[in-house]
Amino acid sequence: MALLQLKDESAGYNGKEILRGLNVTIDPGERIALVGESGAGKSTLLRLFYERLGAKAALMPQDSALVQALTVFHNVYMGRLHQRSVWRNLRNLVLPARADVEEVRKVLVPLRLEEKIFSGVGELSGGQYQRTALARALFHTGDVIVADEPVSSVDEHQAREILETMNAQKQTVILAMHDRALAIEFADRLIGVKDGQIVMDQESAGMTPGDLDNLYLNGVE
Amino acid sequence: MIARREPSPLARTTTGFLFVAIVCWIFADIAISTSDPWREFGLLLKGIVTPDFYATNSLGLALAYTLAFALLGVALANIFGFGLALIFHSRTVRVGCAFIRSIHELFWALIFLQMFGLSPLTGVLAIAIPYAGIIAKVYAEILEEADQRPLSAVPVGAGRASTFLFVRLPDAWAHFRNYSMYRLECGLRSSAVLGFIGLPTLGFHLETAFKEGYYSEVSALLIMFYLVIATMRIWMKKPLLPVYLIGAVIVLPWGVAFSLSNIIRFLTEDIIPYPLRAGGENMMSAFGDWLSLLLLDQALPGMVATIQLTMIALVATGLLTLVFFPLISPLLLGRAARTGGHTFLVIVRSTPEYILAFVLLNLWGPSMLPAIVALSLHNAAIIGHLIGRYTETIRLRIDAAKGANRYFYEVLPRVYRPMLALLFYRWEIILRETAILGILGIATLGFYVDSAFADLRFDRALLLILVTAMLNICVDSISRSIRSRLRLQTTLEQR
Repeated sequence: MALLQLKDESAGYNGKEILRGLNVTIDPGERIALVGESGAGKSTLLRLFYERLGAKAALMPQDSALVQALTVFHNVYMGRLHQRSVWRNLRNLVLPARADVEEVRKVLVPLRLEEKIFSGVGELSGGQYQRTALARALFHTGDVIVADEPVSSVDEHQAREILETMNAQKQTVILAMHDRALAIEFADRLIGVKDGQIVMDQESAGMTPGDLDNLYLNGVE
Repeated sequence: MIARREPSPLARTTTGFLFVAIVCWIFADIAISTSDPWREFGLLLKGIVTPDFYATNSLGLALAYTLAFALLGVALANIFGFGLALIFHSRTVRVGCAFIRSIHELFWALIFLQMFGLSPLTGVLAIAIPYAGIIAKVYAEILEEADQRPLSAVPVGAGRASTFLFVRLPDAWAHFRNYSMYRLECGLRSSAVLGFIGLPTLGFHLETAFKEGYYSEVSALLIMFYLVIATMRIWMKKPLLPVYLIGAVIVLPWGVAFSLSNIIRFLTEDIIPYPLRAGGENMMSAFGDWLSLLLLDQALPGMVATIQLTMIALVATGLLTLVFFPLISPLLLGRAARTGGHTFLVIVRSTPEYILAFVLLNLWGPSMLPAIVALSLHNAAIIGHLIGRYTETIRLRIDAAKGANRYFYEVLPRVYRPMLALLFYRWEIILRETAILGILGIATLGFYVDSAFADLRFDRALLLILVTAMLNICVDSISRSIRSRLRLQTTLEQR
């Protein structure tokens, strides 16, 4: 059964319609990248997917959106905020429970963040910061991850590491990416957005970055 | 030909306020009436440099009471203020908070004095109630300005309480803590001043010592007070807070009895306007007479004097700030000079304006001058400190002008907007303080309130307090509209 199905739908932002005529079906296990110029509506489409998926999906927002005043542990723990009682959450805010620290630690080890578990996120490097945001999404128990430009502020080596981890740990991956080469490499399906519409939806196998040129040019040249 | 430029809205507002202040000044009574003010000033100075810490054996206790009232009052205000901040979107809560904070803590104290006598409840509530109104507003603003982006990453289905705890509260918490410290400093000042109306805090001993001319004792009391405030960041530690609060509860003399019937009589009879209480067939016309007489003979002149004094003090504060902020600005002064500047500003802003006005009034005799000087010194020291700190963030180019040219061309244009923002932000605070200085004998609203209390005319006192509160709320909303029209913003750290 499909995870999600859009039939001739539209999407907008602040009451303004940005995308229309959307027809998309997403099945479990797919690895999808949304490509297109910045401002084309990738984030809007991603948000629509996320809203439809509900608690099945973890979101990695564009600017990582960590809570500055909290530690790595707390930020990652937030991935399961919806599955615990308010009292448990309050308790963990003041004095983290050993069992929950252990759970969070398991997620942090492969991301090389174990040492930083009780550091404030303000002290992290750019890569560590981005990996903490990933850890929060991985700690979420949903099978789907929806990520908006998850590797925009790290170098290529770290970008590959983050994308590999995502693909390995989540059943379904939906990304918005401006790096065409990485999108082709890590996704098996590309959805191209241009002028408020989906203009391309195909398997990535065999494509080269040059094949995506028409998404990025204004057509005049 | 080059067209003449229209004056900027900022310049127009400045000129307007200057003009109003000058007109107010022309009609103000600012005479020094004592025969030899400088002789008394000399004696005071001599006392200041020869503090006598053993003049009174109640110094320690007075200090303990001052701390206890401040700690309990601010703690209660924090609890209620935080609760109110969470429901601040409700109009009723917003208006209610604006109302309770528009009444000065000394007025609250005068009211509670009639109900609870000298019980510690009077002092604690007098601080807690208006502070809860202020804290609710500031905390609500802090929560509003907290980083909202992490909200999007909260999993679908997380409850509102959990989301609040993990996303909105953590960022606000540091601001809450800082602000509480600032409030505690204000609370200590308020607590000290409560002594002037009879509570056993520092102000009580200060007033007695001053009236008797024991200036060495005055000096000792003030020095202890400065030390407590200056060392606050050292002794105020989170783990010690419960100890302090329990200590505060223990030290206060709760044994002072108050009678329930007294409270009931005050609330159900004393504060009801006299003609309504007396009844009779001509009740309404008698009430009309009572009201118009009170408004025309007391409220109106009190309001005129309050506004007049406030406008002069506001503009004087602005002018004085221009002189004060360079004292601690690294752009304008060297390290050694700045240390002196810091000390000066800390002392001036730690001295409650009420005490400054009291001292000056005794030296110069009754007129508006002591109040103008006290209000502008205290407020200019606060704003000067904030603006001086702000200049630390300004980066000048290496070849920037030096001396006076630097002040006028590089620094002043950059700090003028934030300075006006702070000045208008404090306008309402200056007004509240102006009204209260009436208790010292200057004919502002506080004078009429205090006289009504002294004559046991509680119905009049309460009406006059309500008039004062309304005036405050008006000025607050004018100030807010000016600030939004001129786009003058204060940062969280400056409130």
